[in-house]
Amino acid sequence: MNEHQMNEHHIKLPEGSIEKTTTTLNLGPTHPATHGVFQNILELDGERIVSAEQTVGYIHRAFEKIAERRPLYQITPLTDRLNYCSAPINNMGWHMTCEKLLGVNIPKRVDYLRIIIMELSRISDHLICNSVVGVDSGAYTGFLYVMQYRELIYEIYEEICGSRLTTNMGRIGGFERNFNSAVWEKLDKFLAEYPAVLTEFQNLFNRNRIFMERTMGTGGISAERALNYGFTGPNLRAAGVDYDVRVHSPYSSYEDFDFKVPVGRTGDNYDRFMVRNEEMWQSIDIINQAYKKIQEFKGAEAEVYHADAPEYYLPAKEDVYTKMEALIWHFKIVMGETEMTPGEVYHSVEGANGELGFYLISDGGRAPYRLHFRRPCFIYYQAYSELTKGSMLSDAVITMSSLNLIAGEMDA
Amino acid sequence: MGLTNETIKERLVQKFGENVSNFETPYGMLTFEAPVQENLKVLQFLFDDQELRFQFLTDLTAVHYPNQPGREIAVVYHLHNLIDNIRIRFKVFTTVEKPDVFTATKLFSSANWMERETFDFYGVNFVGHPNLKRILNVDEMDYFPLRKEYPLEDQTRIDKDDEMFGR
Repeated sequence: MNEHQMNEHHIKLPEGSIEKTTTTLNLGPTHPATHGVFQNILELDGERIVSAEQTVGYIHRAFEKIAERRPLYQITPLTDRLNYCSAPINNMGWHMTCEKLLGVNIPKRVDYLRIIIMELSRISDHLICNSVVGVDSGAYTGFLYVMQYRELIYEIYEEICGSRLTTNMGRIGGFERNFNSAVWEKLDKFLAEYPAVLTEFQNLFNRNRIFMERTMGTGGISAERALNYGFTGPNLRAAGVDYDVRVHSPYSSYEDFDFKVPVGRTGDNYDRFMVRNEEMWQSIDIINQAYKKIQEFKGAEAEVYHADAPEYYLPAKEDVYTKMEALIWHFKIVMGETEMTPGEVYHSVEGANGELGFYLISDGGRAPYRLHFRRPCFIYYQAYSELTKGSMLSDAVITMSSLNLIAGEMDA
Repeated sequence: MGLTNETIKERLVQKFGENVSNFETPYGMLTFEAPVQENLKVLQFLFDDQELRFQFLTDLTAVHYPNQPGREIAVVYHLHNLIDNIRIRFKVFTTVEKPDVFTATKLFSSANWMERETFDFYGVNFVGHPNLKRILNVDEMDYFPLRKEYPLEDQTRIDKDDEMFGR
Protein backbone atom coordinates (compact mmCIF):
# COMPACT_ATOMS: atom_id res chain seq x y z
CA MET A 1 0.00 0.00 0.00
CA ASN A 2 1.37 3.34 -0.93
CA GLU A 3 2.00 6.19 1.44
CA HIS A 4 -0.67 8.44 -0.01
CA GLN A 5 -3.46 5.87 0.51
CA MET A 6 -2.80 5.65 4.21
CA ASN A 7 -4.89 7.56 6.66
CA GLU A 8 -4.89 7.84 10.42
CA HIS A 9 -6.93 4.58 10.81
CA HIS A 10 -4.14 2.42 9.44
CA ILE A 11 -1.65 0.85 11.76
CA LYS A 12 1.69 2.53 11.30
CA LEU A 13 4.39 0.00 10.51
CA PRO A 14 7.90 0.58 11.76
CA GLU A 15 10.15 2.47 9.40
CA GLY A 16 11.74 0.30 6.71
CA SER A 17 9.45 -2.73 7.11
CA ILE A 18 7.94 -4.42 4.08
CA GLU A 19 4.19 -4.83 4.16
CA LYS A 20 2.80 -8.14 2.87
CA THR A 21 0.17 -7.39 0.28
CA THR A 22 -1.15 -10.88 -0.31
CA THR A 23 -3.46 -12.90 1.89
CA THR A 24 -2.74 -16.45 3.00
CA LEU A 25 -5.80 -18.67 3.02
CA ASN A 26 -6.19 -22.27 4.02
CA LEU A 27 -8.57 -23.88 1.58
CA GLY A 28 -9.37 -26.96 3.56
CA PRO A 29 -9.10 -29.32 5.31
CA THR A 30 -12.53 -28.31 6.57
CA HIS A 31 -13.80 -27.00 3.25
CA PRO A 32 -16.43 -29.45 1.92
CA ALA A 33 -14.66 -29.77 -1.43
CA THR A 34 -11.46 -30.97 0.21
CA HIS A 35 -12.94 -34.25 1.56
CA GLY A 36 -11.88 -33.15 5.02
CA VAL A 37 -8.23 -34.05 4.44
CA PHE A 38 -6.49 -31.86 1.87
CA GLN A 39 -5.04 -28.62 3.02
CA ASN A 40 -4.37 -26.13 0.27
CA ILE A 41 -2.40 -23.12 1.34
CA LEU A 42 -3.30 -20.39 -1.08
CA GLU A 43 -1.58 -17.06 -1.46
CA LEU A 44 -4.24 -14.64 -2.65
CA ASP A 45 -4.05 -11.24 -4.24
CA GLY A 46 -7.62 -10.14 -3.81
CA GLU A 47 -9.50 -13.11 -5.18
CA ARG A 48 -6.76 -14.19 -7.51
CA ILE A 49 -4.44 -17.05 -6.61
CA VAL A 50 -0.78 -16.12 -6.70
CA SER A 51 0.48 -19.49 -5.58
CA ALA A 52 -0.90 -22.64 -4.07
CA GLU A 53 0.68 -25.37 -2.06
CA GLN A 54 -1.30 -28.56 -1.77
CA THR A 55 -0.90 -31.32 0.78
CA VAL A 56 -2.34 -34.79 0.77
CA GLY A 57 -3.44 -35.09 4.36
CA TYR A 58 -2.61 -37.61 7.01
CA ILE A 59 -4.76 -40.64 6.48
CA HIS A 60 -1.94 -42.90 5.37
CA ARG A 61 -2.79 -46.45 6.40
CA ALA A 62 0.47 -48.22 5.49
CA PHE A 63 -1.11 -50.49 2.88
CA GLU A 64 2.22 -51.30 1.27
CA LYS A 65 3.75 -52.30 4.59
CA ILE A 66 0.73 -54.34 5.67
CA ALA A 67 0.71 -56.09 2.30
CA GLU A 68 4.19 -57.42 3.00
CA ARG A 69 2.72 -59.75 5.59
CA ARG A 70 -0.55 -60.74 4.00
CA PRO A 71 -1.28 -63.62 1.64
CA LEU A 72 -2.72 -62.56 -1.71
CA TYR A 73 -6.39 -62.79 -0.82
CA GLN A 74 -6.01 -60.65 2.25
CA ILE A 75 -4.64 -57.84 0.12
CA THR A 76 -7.86 -57.54 -1.90
CA PRO A 77 -9.68 -55.68 0.92
CA LEU A 78 -6.80 -53.20 1.04
CA THR A 79 -7.28 -52.38 -2.63
CA ASP A 80 -10.96 -51.64 -1.95
CA ARG A 81 -9.89 -48.75 0.12
CA LEU A 82 -7.79 -47.07 -2.53
CA ASN A 83 -10.31 -45.57 -4.91
CA TYR A 84 -13.45 -46.52 -3.01
CA CYS A 85 -15.72 -44.97 -5.65
CA SER A 86 -14.83 -47.79 -8.02
CA ALA A 87 -13.58 -50.54 -5.73
CA PRO A 88 -14.27 -53.48 -8.12
CA ILE A 89 -11.76 -52.12 -10.63
CA ASN A 90 -9.10 -52.17 -7.92
CA ASN A 91 -10.07 -55.68 -6.81
CA MET A 92 -9.93 -57.05 -10.31
CA GLY A 93 -6.77 -55.15 -11.13
CA TRP A 94 -5.14 -56.81 -8.14
CA HIS A 95 -6.47 -60.25 -9.02
CA MET A 96 -5.24 -59.84 -12.58
CA THR A 97 -1.80 -58.90 -11.24
CA CYS A 98 -1.73 -62.12 -9.22
CA GLU A 99 -2.94 -64.10 -12.22
CA LYS A 100 -0.19 -62.60 -14.32
CA LEU A 101 2.40 -63.55 -11.72
CA LEU A 102 1.03 -67.04 -11.20
CA GLY A 103 0.27 -67.72 -14.85
CA VAL A 104 -3.43 -68.45 -14.46
CA ASN A 105 -5.40 -68.55 -17.70
CA ILE A 106 -8.77 -66.90 -17.53
CA PRO A 107 -11.74 -68.14 -19.59
CA LYS A 108 -13.36 -65.64 -21.93
CA ARG A 109 -16.65 -65.61 -20.12
CA VAL A 110 -14.95 -64.54 -16.88
CA ASP A 111 -13.20 -61.75 -18.74
CA TYR A 112 -16.52 -60.49 -20.05
CA LEU A 113 -18.21 -60.72 -16.66
CA ARG A 114 -15.34 -58.71 -15.22
CA ILE A 115 -15.67 -56.13 -17.95
CA ILE A 116 -19.34 -55.64 -17.14
CA ILE A 117 -18.50 -54.98 -13.50
CA MET A 118 -15.51 -52.79 -14.26
CA GLU A 119 -17.48 -50.65 -16.65
CA LEU A 120 -20.32 -50.34 -14.15
CA SER A 121 -17.78 -49.12 -11.61
CA ARG A 122 -16.42 -46.66 -14.11
CA ILE A 123 -19.92 -45.29 -14.62
CA SER A 124 -20.56 -44.98 -10.90
CA ASP A 125 -17.22 -43.25 -10.37
CA HIS A 126 -17.64 -40.78 -13.23
CA LEU A 127 -21.19 -40.16 -12.14
CA ILE A 128 -20.07 -39.09 -8.68
CA CYS A 129 -17.20 -37.01 -9.99
CA ASN A 130 -19.24 -35.17 -12.59
CA SER A 131 -22.19 -34.53 -10.37
CA VAL A 132 -19.89 -33.22 -7.66
CA VAL A 133 -18.39 -30.82 -10.18
CA GLY A 134 -21.97 -29.63 -10.51
CA VAL A 135 -22.37 -29.32 -6.75
CA ASP A 136 -19.20 -27.29 -6.43
CA SER A 137 -20.39 -24.90 -9.10
CA GLY A 138 -23.70 -24.47 -7.30
CA ALA A 139 -25.93 -26.97 -9.12
CA TYR A 140 -27.09 -29.52 -6.58
CA THR A 141 -29.94 -31.02 -8.63
CA GLY A 142 -27.85 -33.23 -10.87
CA PHE A 143 -26.09 -34.79 -7.92
CA LEU A 144 -29.30 -35.73 -6.12
CA TYR A 145 -30.84 -36.97 -9.31
CA VAL A 146 -28.08 -39.36 -10.39
CA MET A 147 -27.40 -40.72 -6.90
CA GLN A 148 -30.42 -42.97 -7.35
CA TYR A 149 -28.78 -44.62 -10.34
CA ARG A 150 -25.52 -45.22 -8.57
CA GLU A 151 -27.73 -47.09 -6.14
CA LEU A 152 -28.79 -49.42 -8.94
CA ILE A 153 -25.15 -50.20 -9.65
CA TYR A 154 -24.48 -50.84 -5.97
CA GLU A 155 -27.43 -53.22 -5.88
CA ILE A 156 -25.83 -55.19 -8.67
CA TYR A 157 -22.58 -55.40 -6.67
CA GLU A 158 -24.62 -56.54 -3.72
CA GLU A 159 -26.10 -59.44 -5.67
CA ILE A 160 -22.63 -60.54 -6.77
CA CYS A 161 -20.55 -60.20 -3.64
CA GLY A 162 -22.81 -59.04 -0.84
CA SER A 163 -21.29 -55.65 -0.21
CA ARG A 164 -21.65 -52.28 -1.80
CA LEU A 165 -18.85 -49.79 -1.34
CA THR A 166 -15.75 -51.74 -0.38
CA THR A 167 -16.66 -54.77 -2.40
CA ASN A 168 -13.80 -57.28 -1.98
CA MET A 169 -15.24 -58.82 -5.10
CA GLY A 170 -14.01 -61.85 -6.98
CA ARG A 171 -11.17 -64.30 -6.59
CA ILE A 172 -7.91 -65.04 -8.30
CA GLY A 173 -9.30 -66.74 -11.38
CA GLY A 174 -12.78 -65.31 -11.50
CA PHE A 175 -15.78 -64.76 -9.30
CA GLU A 176 -16.89 -66.41 -6.08
CA ARG A 177 -20.18 -67.46 -7.69
CA ASN A 178 -21.95 -67.21 -10.98
CA PHE A 179 -24.13 -64.17 -11.59
CA ASN A 180 -27.64 -65.06 -10.48
CA SER A 181 -30.80 -64.10 -12.29
CA ALA A 182 -31.28 -61.05 -10.07
CA VAL A 183 -27.99 -59.63 -11.36
CA TRP A 184 -29.13 -59.88 -14.93
CA GLU A 185 -32.54 -58.45 -14.13
CA LYS A 186 -30.98 -55.50 -12.33
CA LEU A 187 -28.51 -55.01 -15.12
CA ASP A 188 -31.37 -55.01 -17.64
CA LYS A 189 -33.15 -52.42 -15.57
CA PHE A 190 -30.05 -50.28 -15.32
CA LEU A 191 -29.26 -50.49 -19.02
CA ALA A 192 -32.85 -49.64 -19.89
CA GLU A 193 -33.19 -46.67 -17.57
CA TYR A 194 -29.75 -45.18 -17.39
CA PRO A 195 -29.31 -43.69 -20.89
CA ALA A 196 -32.33 -41.43 -20.37
CA VAL A 197 -30.91 -40.32 -17.02
CA LEU A 198 -27.52 -39.55 -18.46
CA THR A 199 -29.15 -37.59 -21.27
CA GLU A 200 -31.08 -35.55 -18.77
CA PHE A 201 -27.98 -35.04 -16.65
CA GLN A 202 -26.19 -33.72 -19.72
CA ASN A 203 -29.15 -31.48 -20.50
CA LEU A 204 -28.76 -29.94 -17.08
CA PHE A 205 -25.10 -29.10 -17.59
CA ASN A 206 -23.62 -29.31 -21.05
CA ARG A 207 -25.17 -26.12 -22.47
CA ASN A 208 -25.89 -24.50 -19.13
CA ARG A 209 -24.57 -20.96 -19.46
CA ILE A 210 -23.57 -20.63 -15.84
CA PHE A 211 -21.85 -24.01 -15.78
CA MET A 212 -19.98 -23.27 -19.00
CA GLU A 213 -18.80 -19.91 -17.75
CA ARG A 214 -17.60 -21.46 -14.52
CA THR A 215 -15.72 -24.38 -16.05
CA MET A 216 -14.48 -23.34 -19.48
CA GLY A 217 -10.96 -22.01 -19.49
CA THR A 218 -10.34 -22.78 -15.84
CA GLY A 219 -7.90 -25.37 -14.58
CA GLY A 220 -6.58 -26.05 -18.06
CA ILE A 221 -3.34 -27.84 -18.88
CA SER A 222 -1.51 -28.52 -22.11
CA ALA A 223 -0.97 -32.07 -23.34
CA GLU A 224 2.77 -31.72 -22.89
CA ARG A 225 2.55 -30.55 -19.29
CA ALA A 226 -0.09 -33.16 -18.51
CA LEU A 227 2.22 -35.92 -19.71
CA ASN A 228 5.11 -34.49 -17.79
CA TYR A 229 2.98 -34.43 -14.66
CA GLY A 230 2.09 -38.07 -15.15
CA PHE A 231 -1.58 -37.47 -15.86
CA THR A 232 -3.53 -40.54 -16.89
CA GLY A 233 -7.15 -41.41 -17.41
CA PRO A 234 -9.86 -38.87 -18.25
CA ASN A 235 -7.70 -35.96 -17.09
CA LEU A 236 -5.01 -36.76 -19.63
CA ARG A 237 -7.53 -37.45 -22.37
CA ALA A 238 -9.19 -34.10 -21.68
CA ALA A 239 -5.85 -32.52 -22.54
CA GLY A 240 -5.91 -34.26 -25.91
CA VAL A 241 -3.78 -37.40 -25.45
CA ASP A 242 -5.65 -40.57 -26.37
CA TYR A 243 -3.85 -42.82 -23.90
CA ASP A 244 -6.10 -45.47 -22.44
CA VAL A 245 -4.74 -48.61 -20.76
CA ARG A 246 -7.72 -50.56 -22.09
CA VAL A 247 -6.51 -49.86 -25.61
CA HIS A 248 -2.75 -49.63 -25.17
CA SER A 249 -2.19 -52.68 -23.01
CA PRO A 250 -5.49 -54.56 -23.18
CA TYR A 251 -6.31 -56.73 -20.20
CA SER A 252 -9.34 -58.89 -19.52
CA SER A 253 -10.06 -59.19 -23.29
CA TYR A 254 -10.75 -55.51 -23.86
CA GLU A 255 -9.30 -56.09 -27.33
CA ASP A 256 -12.54 -57.89 -28.26
CA PHE A 257 -14.56 -54.74 -27.80
CA ASP A 258 -15.24 -51.86 -30.07
CA PHE A 259 -15.32 -48.52 -28.31
CA LYS A 260 -14.15 -44.96 -28.73
CA VAL A 261 -11.66 -43.11 -26.59
CA PRO A 262 -13.03 -39.60 -26.17
CA VAL A 263 -10.48 -36.79 -26.02
CA GLY A 264 -10.72 -33.14 -25.15
CA ARG A 265 -8.68 -30.27 -26.41
CA THR A 266 -7.80 -27.77 -23.70
CA GLY A 267 -7.66 -29.99 -20.63
CA ASP A 268 -9.80 -27.55 -18.66
CA ASN A 269 -12.58 -28.37 -16.22
CA TYR A 270 -15.22 -28.38 -18.92
CA ASP A 271 -13.25 -30.80 -21.09
CA ARG A 272 -12.68 -33.13 -18.17
CA PHE A 273 -16.39 -33.06 -17.46
CA MET A 274 -17.27 -33.76 -21.08
CA VAL A 275 -14.73 -36.57 -21.44
CA ARG A 276 -16.19 -38.31 -18.40
CA ASN A 277 -19.71 -37.96 -19.74
CA GLU A 278 -18.70 -39.44 -23.06
CA GLU A 279 -16.84 -42.25 -21.33
CA MET A 280 -20.02 -43.18 -19.54
CA TRP A 281 -21.73 -43.59 -22.92
CA GLN A 282 -18.85 -45.73 -24.10
CA SER A 283 -19.06 -47.81 -20.94
CA ILE A 284 -22.75 -48.47 -21.54
CA ASP A 285 -21.83 -49.53 -25.04
CA ILE A 286 -19.13 -51.88 -23.77
CA ILE A 287 -21.50 -53.41 -21.23
CA ASN A 288 -24.06 -54.04 -23.96
CA GLN A 289 -21.43 -55.70 -26.12
CA ALA A 290 -20.21 -57.85 -23.25
CA TYR A 291 -23.77 -58.80 -22.38
CA LYS A 292 -24.35 -59.94 -25.95
CA LYS A 293 -21.11 -61.92 -26.03
CA ILE A 294 -21.99 -63.66 -22.76
CA GLN A 295 -25.35 -64.72 -24.14
CA GLU A 296 -23.58 -66.38 -27.06
CA PHE A 297 -21.89 -68.98 -24.82
CA LYS A 298 -23.61 -72.34 -25.05
CA GLY A 299 -23.69 -75.47 -22.91
CA ALA A 300 -21.09 -75.92 -20.21
CA GLU A 301 -19.25 -72.79 -21.32
CA ALA A 302 -22.24 -70.66 -20.42
CA GLU A 303 -21.82 -71.60 -16.75
CA VAL A 304 -18.10 -70.84 -16.42
CA TYR A 305 -17.42 -68.18 -13.82
CA HIS A 306 -13.89 -69.00 -12.72
CA ALA A 307 -10.66 -70.40 -14.09
CA ASP A 308 -9.58 -73.94 -13.43
CA ALA A 309 -6.90 -73.06 -10.88
CA PRO A 310 -7.43 -75.16 -7.73
CA GLU A 311 -4.22 -73.86 -6.19
CA TYR A 312 -5.44 -70.30 -6.05
CA TYR A 313 -9.20 -70.34 -6.49
CA LEU A 314 -11.04 -71.14 -3.26
CA PRO A 315 -13.10 -74.35 -3.58
CA ALA A 316 -16.87 -74.25 -3.21
CA LYS A 317 -18.03 -74.13 0.38
CA GLU A 318 -20.14 -77.29 0.22
CA ASP A 319 -17.10 -79.18 -1.08
CA VAL A 320 -14.99 -77.87 1.78
CA TYR A 321 -17.43 -79.43 4.22
CA THR A 322 -17.69 -82.77 2.45
CA LYS A 323 -14.47 -83.44 0.53
CA MET A 324 -11.00 -83.89 1.95
CA GLU A 325 -9.21 -82.48 -1.12
CA ALA A 326 -11.28 -79.32 -1.09
CA LEU A 327 -10.72 -78.86 2.62
CA ILE A 328 -6.97 -79.12 2.16
CA TRP A 329 -6.96 -76.59 -0.66
CA HIS A 330 -9.20 -74.27 1.26
CA PHE A 331 -6.85 -74.37 4.24
CA LYS A 332 -3.74 -73.92 2.14
CA ILE A 333 -5.15 -70.99 0.21
CA VAL A 334 -6.49 -69.20 3.27
CA MET A 335 -3.22 -69.64 5.14
CA GLY A 336 -1.22 -68.58 2.10
CA GLU A 337 0.58 -71.92 1.90
CA THR A 338 0.13 -72.48 -1.83
CA GLU A 339 3.04 -72.15 -4.17
CA MET A 340 3.95 -68.58 -5.05
CA THR A 341 5.94 -68.00 -8.20
CA PRO A 342 8.97 -65.82 -7.46
CA GLY A 343 9.01 -62.94 -9.87
CA GLU A 344 8.55 -59.30 -10.56
CA VAL A 345 5.48 -58.06 -12.32
CA TYR A 346 3.87 -54.74 -13.16
CA HIS A 347 0.27 -54.78 -14.20
CA SER A 348 -1.97 -51.82 -14.72
CA VAL A 349 -5.63 -51.31 -15.36
CA GLU A 350 -7.57 -48.27 -16.47
CA GLY A 351 -8.99 -47.14 -13.16
CA ALA A 352 -11.79 -44.61 -13.18
CA ASN A 353 -9.37 -41.75 -12.60
CA GLY A 354 -6.27 -43.01 -14.36
CA GLU A 355 -3.78 -45.79 -14.70
CA LEU A 356 -3.90 -47.90 -11.57
CA GLY A 357 -0.72 -49.94 -11.43
CA PHE A 358 0.42 -52.79 -9.21
CA TYR A 359 4.13 -53.44 -8.92
CA LEU A 360 4.48 -56.78 -7.23
CA ILE A 361 7.70 -58.51 -6.28
CA SER A 362 7.41 -62.02 -4.94
CA ASP A 363 10.28 -64.01 -3.49
CA GLY A 364 8.19 -67.16 -3.30
CA GLY A 365 7.06 -66.51 0.26
CA ARG A 366 3.48 -66.45 1.41
CA ALA A 367 3.20 -62.68 1.18
CA PRO A 368 4.60 -60.30 -1.43
CA TYR A 369 8.17 -59.18 -0.88
CA ARG A 370 7.17 -55.74 -2.04
CA LEU A 371 3.94 -54.34 -3.36
CA HIS A 372 3.64 -50.85 -4.70
CA PHE A 373 0.45 -49.23 -5.90
CA ARG A 374 0.69 -46.69 -8.67
CA ARG A 375 -2.09 -44.43 -7.49
CA PRO A 376 -3.11 -42.12 -10.32
CA CYS A 377 -4.50 -39.20 -8.34
CA PHE A 378 -1.49 -39.07 -6.03
CA ILE A 379 0.62 -38.43 -9.10
CA TYR A 380 -1.53 -35.92 -10.95
CA TYR A 381 -2.54 -33.91 -7.89
CA GLN A 382 0.97 -32.43 -8.02
CA ALA A 383 -0.17 -30.31 -10.92
CA TYR A 384 -2.78 -28.56 -8.77
CA SER A 385 -0.67 -25.52 -7.98
CA GLU A 386 0.15 -25.08 -11.65
CA LEU A 387 -3.50 -25.55 -12.61
CA THR A 388 -4.76 -22.92 -10.21
CA LYS A 389 -2.04 -20.31 -10.53
CA GLY A 390 -3.57 -17.03 -11.61
CA SER A 391 -7.13 -18.25 -11.43
CA MET A 392 -9.88 -17.11 -9.09
CA LEU A 393 -10.45 -18.65 -5.69
CA SER A 394 -13.79 -20.10 -6.75
CA ASP A 395 -12.14 -21.81 -9.74
CA ALA A 396 -9.72 -23.58 -7.43
CA VAL A 397 -12.63 -25.41 -5.85
CA ILE A 398 -14.03 -26.62 -9.17
CA THR A 399 -10.58 -27.60 -10.38
CA MET A 400 -10.14 -29.73 -7.30
CA SER A 401 -13.39 -31.58 -7.80
CA SER A 402 -13.00 -32.02 -11.54
CA LEU A 403 -9.62 -33.70 -11.05
CA ASN A 404 -11.45 -36.57 -9.34
CA LEU A 405 -9.21 -36.74 -6.31
CA ILE A 406 -9.93 -39.62 -4.00
CA ALA A 407 -8.42 -39.17 -0.56
CA GLY A 408 -8.19 -42.89 0.11
CA GLU A 409 -6.24 -43.50 -3.03
CA MET A 410 -3.91 -40.59 -2.57
CA ASP A 411 -2.84 -41.59 0.91
CA ALA A 412 -2.84 -45.35 0.45
CA MET B 1 5.39 -50.30 -33.42
CA GLY B 2 8.94 -50.85 -34.57
CA LEU B 3 10.52 -50.59 -31.18
CA THR B 4 11.31 -53.90 -29.51
CA ASN B 5 13.08 -54.90 -26.32
CA GLU B 6 16.09 -56.00 -28.40
CA THR B 7 16.37 -52.63 -30.12
CA ILE B 8 16.19 -50.79 -26.82
CA LYS B 9 18.85 -53.03 -25.36
CA GLU B 10 21.11 -52.51 -28.38
CA ARG B 11 20.74 -48.73 -28.23
CA LEU B 12 21.52 -48.69 -24.53
CA VAL B 13 24.55 -50.94 -24.80
CA GLN B 14 25.79 -48.92 -27.76
CA LYS B 15 25.55 -45.72 -25.73
CA PHE B 16 26.55 -46.85 -22.24
CA GLY B 17 28.50 -50.03 -22.86
CA GLU B 18 29.42 -51.78 -19.64
CA ASN B 19 27.43 -49.35 -17.52
CA VAL B 20 24.07 -50.87 -18.32
CA SER B 21 23.76 -54.43 -17.19
CA ASN B 22 21.56 -57.24 -15.93
CA PHE B 23 19.13 -57.18 -18.83
CA GLU B 24 16.09 -59.33 -18.17
CA THR B 25 12.56 -59.47 -19.45
CA PRO B 26 10.34 -60.71 -16.63
CA TYR B 27 6.79 -61.01 -17.93
CA GLY B 28 7.76 -59.25 -21.13
CA MET B 29 9.02 -56.02 -19.59
CA LEU B 30 12.62 -55.13 -20.32
CA THR B 31 14.43 -54.60 -17.02
CA PHE B 32 17.99 -53.38 -16.60
CA GLU B 33 20.17 -51.55 -14.16
CA ALA B 34 22.83 -48.90 -14.21
CA PRO B 35 25.28 -47.50 -11.61
CA VAL B 36 23.59 -45.04 -9.31
CA GLN B 37 25.60 -42.04 -10.47
CA GLU B 38 24.58 -42.71 -14.07
CA ASN B 39 20.82 -42.66 -13.45
CA LEU B 40 20.15 -39.19 -14.83
CA LYS B 41 22.29 -39.78 -17.90
CA VAL B 42 20.36 -42.92 -18.69
CA LEU B 43 16.99 -41.29 -18.07
CA GLN B 44 17.95 -38.29 -20.15
CA PHE B 45 19.12 -40.50 -22.98
CA LEU B 46 15.93 -42.53 -22.87
CA PHE B 47 13.94 -39.31 -22.88
CA ASP B 48 15.77 -37.49 -25.68
CA ASP B 49 16.69 -40.27 -28.08
CA GLN B 50 14.68 -39.97 -31.28
CA GLU B 51 14.08 -43.68 -31.38
CA LEU B 52 13.50 -44.51 -27.74
CA ARG B 53 11.33 -41.58 -26.55
CA PHE B 54 10.61 -42.82 -23.03
CA GLN B 55 8.99 -39.59 -21.98
CA PHE B 56 6.36 -40.79 -19.56
CA LEU B 57 7.32 -41.72 -16.01
CA THR B 58 4.72 -44.24 -14.96
CA ASP B 59 6.02 -45.07 -11.57
CA LEU B 60 8.95 -44.47 -9.26
CA THR B 61 9.51 -46.44 -6.12
CA ALA B 62 12.13 -48.29 -4.12
CA VAL B 63 12.72 -51.77 -2.79
CA HIS B 64 14.83 -52.72 0.19
CA TYR B 65 17.06 -55.82 -0.02
CA PRO B 66 18.85 -56.03 3.35
CA ASN B 67 20.77 -59.14 2.28
CA GLN B 68 22.68 -57.50 -0.55
CA PRO B 69 25.58 -55.62 1.07
CA GLY B 70 26.46 -52.49 -0.83
CA ARG B 71 23.31 -52.53 -2.92
CA GLU B 72 20.56 -52.67 -0.34
CA ILE B 73 18.16 -50.16 -1.83
CA ALA B 74 16.90 -50.35 -5.38
CA VAL B 75 15.22 -47.31 -6.87
CA VAL B 76 12.91 -48.53 -9.61
CA TYR B 77 11.67 -46.40 -12.50
CA HIS B 78 8.87 -47.60 -14.75
CA LEU B 79 9.01 -45.72 -18.02
CA HIS B 80 6.56 -45.75 -20.87
CA ASN B 81 7.01 -44.81 -24.50
CA LEU B 82 3.48 -43.78 -25.39
CA ILE B 83 4.19 -43.47 -29.09
CA ASP B 84 5.43 -47.01 -29.64
CA ASN B 85 3.53 -48.22 -26.57
CA ILE B 86 6.32 -50.07 -24.84
CA ARG B 87 7.28 -50.10 -21.19
CA ILE B 88 10.64 -50.63 -19.52
CA ARG B 89 11.84 -50.93 -15.95
CA PHE B 90 15.06 -49.28 -14.92
CA LYS B 91 16.79 -49.83 -11.60
CA VAL B 92 19.66 -48.28 -9.73
CA PHE B 93 21.07 -49.79 -6.57
CA THR B 94 22.47 -47.80 -3.71
CA THR B 95 23.78 -48.46 -0.23
CA VAL B 96 21.61 -48.07 2.80
CA GLU B 97 24.26 -46.00 4.60
CA LYS B 98 24.46 -43.32 1.96
CA PRO B 99 21.42 -43.61 -0.30
CA ASP B 100 22.11 -40.65 -2.58
CA VAL B 101 20.39 -40.70 -5.95
CA PHE B 102 20.11 -37.82 -8.37
CA THR B 103 16.60 -36.46 -8.67
CA ALA B 104 14.57 -36.85 -11.84
CA THR B 105 12.35 -33.86 -11.11
CA LYS B 106 13.98 -31.73 -13.78
CA LEU B 107 13.01 -34.30 -16.37
CA PHE B 108 9.60 -35.30 -15.04
CA SER B 109 7.45 -33.01 -12.90
CA SER B 110 5.63 -36.12 -11.76
CA ALA B 111 8.78 -37.38 -10.06
CA ASN B 112 8.46 -34.73 -7.37
CA TRP B 113 5.96 -36.40 -5.09
CA MET B 114 6.96 -39.90 -6.06
CA GLU B 115 10.49 -39.12 -4.90
CA ARG B 116 9.17 -37.55 -1.74
CA GLU B 117 7.17 -40.70 -1.11
CA THR B 118 10.26 -42.84 -1.72
CA PHE B 119 12.26 -40.64 0.61
CA ASP B 120 9.51 -40.88 3.18
CA PHE B 121 9.47 -44.66 3.22
CA TYR B 122 13.03 -45.63 2.35
CA GLY B 123 15.09 -42.60 3.15
CA VAL B 124 16.49 -42.31 -0.35
CA ASN B 125 18.14 -38.93 -0.52
CA PHE B 126 17.27 -37.47 -3.91
CA VAL B 127 20.09 -35.05 -4.56
CA GLY B 128 18.81 -31.80 -6.06
CA HIS B 129 15.17 -32.35 -5.21
CA PRO B 130 13.46 -28.97 -4.70
CA ASN B 131 11.44 -29.94 -1.64
CA LEU B 132 12.57 -33.23 -0.18
CA LYS B 133 10.43 -33.70 2.92
CA ARG B 134 8.02 -36.31 4.16
CA ILE B 135 4.70 -36.51 2.38
CA LEU B 136 2.54 -39.29 3.81
CA ASN B 137 4.01 -39.72 7.28
CA VAL B 138 4.31 -37.11 10.00
CA ASP B 139 7.30 -34.80 9.80
CA GLU B 140 8.51 -35.82 13.25
CA MET B 141 9.05 -39.44 12.24
CA ASP B 142 12.72 -40.39 12.60
CA TYR B 143 12.83 -43.69 10.71
CA PHE B 144 11.92 -45.01 7.28
CA PRO B 145 9.08 -47.44 7.83
CA LEU B 146 9.14 -49.55 4.66
CA ARG B 147 12.68 -50.73 5.26
CA LYS B 148 12.75 -54.38 6.15
CA GLU B 149 14.29 -53.89 9.61
CA TYR B 150 10.98 -52.51 10.85
CA PRO B 151 8.73 -55.50 11.32
CA LEU B 152 4.99 -55.25 11.52
CA GLU B 153 3.42 -55.62 14.91
CA ASP B 154 3.24 -59.20 16.16
CA GLN B 155 -0.34 -60.26 15.59
CA THR B 156 -0.31 -62.60 18.54
CA ARG B 157 0.80 -60.07 21.15
CA ILE B 158 -1.37 -60.02 24.22
CA ASP B 159 0.07 -57.15 26.24
CA LYS B 160 -2.32 -54.60 24.78
CA ASP B 161 -5.32 -53.39 26.71
CA ASP B 162 -8.43 -54.73 25.01
CA GLU B 163 -10.66 -52.01 26.37
CA MET B 164 -8.49 -49.36 24.85
CA PHE B 165 -7.64 -50.89 21.50
CA GLY B 166 -10.79 -52.92 20.97
CA ARG B 167 -9.31 -56.25 20.14
